[in-house]
Amino acid sequence: MNVQGRPAAPRRSWRAALAPWLVHLVLWPPLLVSVVHIIGFTGYTSWISFTSSTLIPENDFVGLRNYNSVLASRNWAIATENLLIFGTGFVVLTTAIGLTLAVLLDQRIRAENVLRTIYLYPMAVSFVVTGTVWSWLLNPSIGIQKLVRGLGWEAFRFDWVVDRDMAIYTIVIAGAWQASGFAMALFLAGIRSVDADLYKAAQIDGAGPWRIYRRVVLPAIWPIFIAVMVILLQYTIKTFDLVRALTGGGPGLATQLPSLVVYDLMFQRGLLGRGSAAAVLMLLYLLAVLLPYFAFVQWRKRRNARHG
Amino acid sequence: MSALRIAGVRKRFGAQEVLKGIDLEVDSGEFLVLVGPSGCGKSTLLNIIAGLEAPGEGTIEIGGRLVNDVEPKDRDIAMVFQSYALYPTMTVRQNITFGMECRNVPKRAQDEAVERVSRLLQIDQLLHRKPSQLSGGQRQRVAMGRALVRDPTLFLFDEPLSNLDAKLRVEMRLEIKQLHRRIAATIVYVTHDQIEAMTMATRIAVMHQGEVQQFADPETIYNRPANLFVARFMGAPPMNCVSARVVSAGDGLAAVIGAGRPDAIQLPLSREAEAGAGAFKDRAVVLGIRPECIAEEDRRFGADERGSIAVEAPVEMTEPTGAETIVLMRLGGEQLLGRVSPDVRLPVGGNARFAVDARKLCLFDPATERLIA
Repeated sequence: MNVQGRPAAPRRSWRAALAPWLVHLVLWPPLLVSVVHIIGFTGYTSWISFTSSTLIPENDFVGLRNYNSVLASRNWAIATENLLIFGTGFVVLTTAIGLTLAVLLDQRIRAENVLRTIYLYPMAVSFVVTGTVWSWLLNPSIGIQKLVRGLGWEAFRFDWVVDRDMAIYTIVIAGAWQASGFAMALFLAGIRSVDADLYKAAQIDGAGPWRIYRRVVLPAIWPIFIAVMVILLQYTIKTFDLVRALTGGGPGLATQLPSLVVYDLMFQRGLLGRGSAAAVLMLLYLLAVLLPYFAFVQWRKRRNARHG
Repeated sequence: MSALRIAGVRKRFGAQEVLKGIDLEVDSGEFLVLVGPSGCGKSTLLNIIAGLEAPGEGTIEIGGRLVNDVEPKDRDIAMVFQSYALYPTMTVRQNITFGMECRNVPKRAQDEAVERVSRLLQIDQLLHRKPSQLSGGQRQRVAMGRALVRDPTLFLFDEPLSNLDAKLRVEMRLEIKQLHRRIAATIVYVTHDQIEAMTMATRIAVMHQGEVQQFADPETIYNRPANLFVARFMGAPPMNCVSARVVSAGDGLAAVIGAGRPDAIQLPLSREAEAGAGAFKDRAVVLGIRPECIAEEDRRFGADERGSIAVEAPVEMTEPTGAETIVLMRLGGEQLLGRVSPDVRLPVGGNARFAVDARKLCLFDPATERLIA
């Protein structure tokens, strides 16, 4: 306020002068930060991946030497194989659980909101927490195995987390526990968006609940399946904290993933060049998932525009 | 044989009673239209007939069989929805065969049925298409095909034409009516459009606030509305409803609009009307008169000279529609609508002479709003 009773005009003109700049003030700094952090650092990492950098960045171009050595390493081969197992298991299991929960919640049950919140809640928990808690649960000497044995089933065995062949599946379980609520939320939203008349029509046509879901409702929401799977796939590729907290990549290399290899090369062994090469490879994996998805989204947009 | 009998059906959603005791009976081959404004309960009633909702009280019989506890699929009905409700991921053919597939009809019989129905509705060129590739009218046809293929005891239509543009709606209206005659089906048709009701129905049930206001053939509904709601709802432009007074005139009775005013208009009542109006002699009533009963002065209504009353009235506004001109006039201080021939030039703001058809007057009790004569 103008305490002295001075005219408000100068102040308003100051604002008016600012107005045309305001949009630039709001827009440019975040854009600049994003560009520097995403494109700039991605570019820098890519450059480093072509140099012989170890502990300190160097600027000598060595071609694909780092890539060759990463791709030739047993570590990376195991990490990639694990990524495939984990990715497939995680996406399939999470989608299946999420879809089942969504269909069950769709049955006009009581306390739906409460249940939905509960199922969605793991999403709010950090992956580190999930990993840590599941590492306790799965630890044979303090977790589920001990509980069941304590109840009297002495021969019960559930020691996947220390089993070289099964450890990767514990990551799948923990990951699915965390993400299936999210998948459920997307599926439920999709199911609810289906025209209620379709249910009525199918009911009159004589379809049972199972057939209505299988033939009418779920086919109608197939774009949601694609969205869920793409989101889950890009989760798997960048998974780090969950494995780090749950198994630390072990036992041995049994749960090694690309992100752990990057971490290992860069920060444990001080091989910046090779670590960067591994990071760029991860980026390529991600693009292999995301680019087809964006192409698909564009294709759908164009098709919908055509059919109106 | 009655194809559908509804007795004492009540339904409430929470505290709101949406159906307050519905009784209807439809004979085989009839075209029943349930008409009423939004929220009158007509769609709820249709859902109850279909078995998609359970009635709170009352019974539903389809084809002489009590179906209260019968699943929708076993009620021998087919339904056409306002949104068409075509399965978006199936082709037109799959949409039509889905019901037969659910009932395990043999493939050969399915193909024959699709053949028959698609030729009847002229959609045989579209069988391989998806619903998203069809126009509104084509979707409407497919939706009807899906219903027809079932050959049910009862067809249910839930505002099937509301999503079509005006021109197509008129075409489809005719087509549905022809279809009804050709296949001799029993149809229950829900709409809020009174023109659809008048043009297609063999019987109309006018609904309002969860009750059937009148259940009769279109002519009766139009000419002898059971109460003021029906009188005002059916017909466009609507029936003029103005306050009037019943007086004795000569050896009979008459209704006077604007009694006591210098421009009061006296309309003699017909012999049939006098019977009901007698009890209201020298009392106020609501007079209902259709706009088409007020026309240019040289119009003759029927053979009987007595039917046409000459009046003079100030013209307040005219609305030429092309086929006729709607005129807003003042009679005995009340505003009324008339329909005159389009080649009559009326002086807006000045007086003009009109002929009134007094044979079809309706009188309503102002307290109960029911038809008295």
